[in-house]
Amino acid sequence: MSEIIGLIFMVVGLAFNFAGSLGLVRLPDVYNRLQAATKCVTLGTCSILFGAIFYSGMDEVGFKALLCILFIVLTSPTAAHAIARGAHIYGVKLWEKSVCDKYEEEK
Amino acid sequence: MISGIPAFFSITLIICCFMCLYRMFRGPTSADRIVALDILGILVIGFCVFATVFVPRRFLMDIALSWAILGFVGTLALAKYLEGKQFDE
Repeated sequence: MSEIIGLIFMVVGLAFNFAGSLGLVRLPDVYNRLQAATKCVTLGTCSILFGAIFYSGMDEVGFKALLCILFIVLTSPTAAHAIARGAHIYGVKLWEKSVCDKYEEEK
Repeated sequence: MISGIPAFFSITLIICCFMCLYRMFRGPTSADRIVALDILGILVIGFCVFATVFVPRRFLMDIALSWAILGFVGTLALAKYLEGKQFDE
């Protein structure tokens, strides 16, 4: 029974990963791509790890998966924020249909 | 030959990885390439977890954990480089 729950979590995570990668290919500029890809792929990979916990039980694999979830949730938004700030300072233009740029207004 | 559920998982993740590689080769700015590298690292973590569950080799989970840590450090260093500062500022 717990193996089936684990497989369901893994399939959901796989769908999120696919949606995030599709957004990385299809969206128009760097900031949109960063938004779609980072959020979807972080949630998808955390769901896959959660499924691995259900699938193999709380032995050493499950504990390492829990540690990996904690680490990804902490570090992936930090990395995304650093990339967005670096891209803005580097001078990457926004998409021409973008509505507002709060970071530029605050300077 | 692998078949069934592991083959479905592997093929879908490989398609995702090729989407990231497309953006990495095609991307107009260097920020696109850094984003694609970050996402590719997280996808590889998912692939290691699949291999841990289905192959099964227990040491692949250690590889996933260390890949998460090293990928974060590498992405942060590349973002600092993009910002135009030295690493110790």
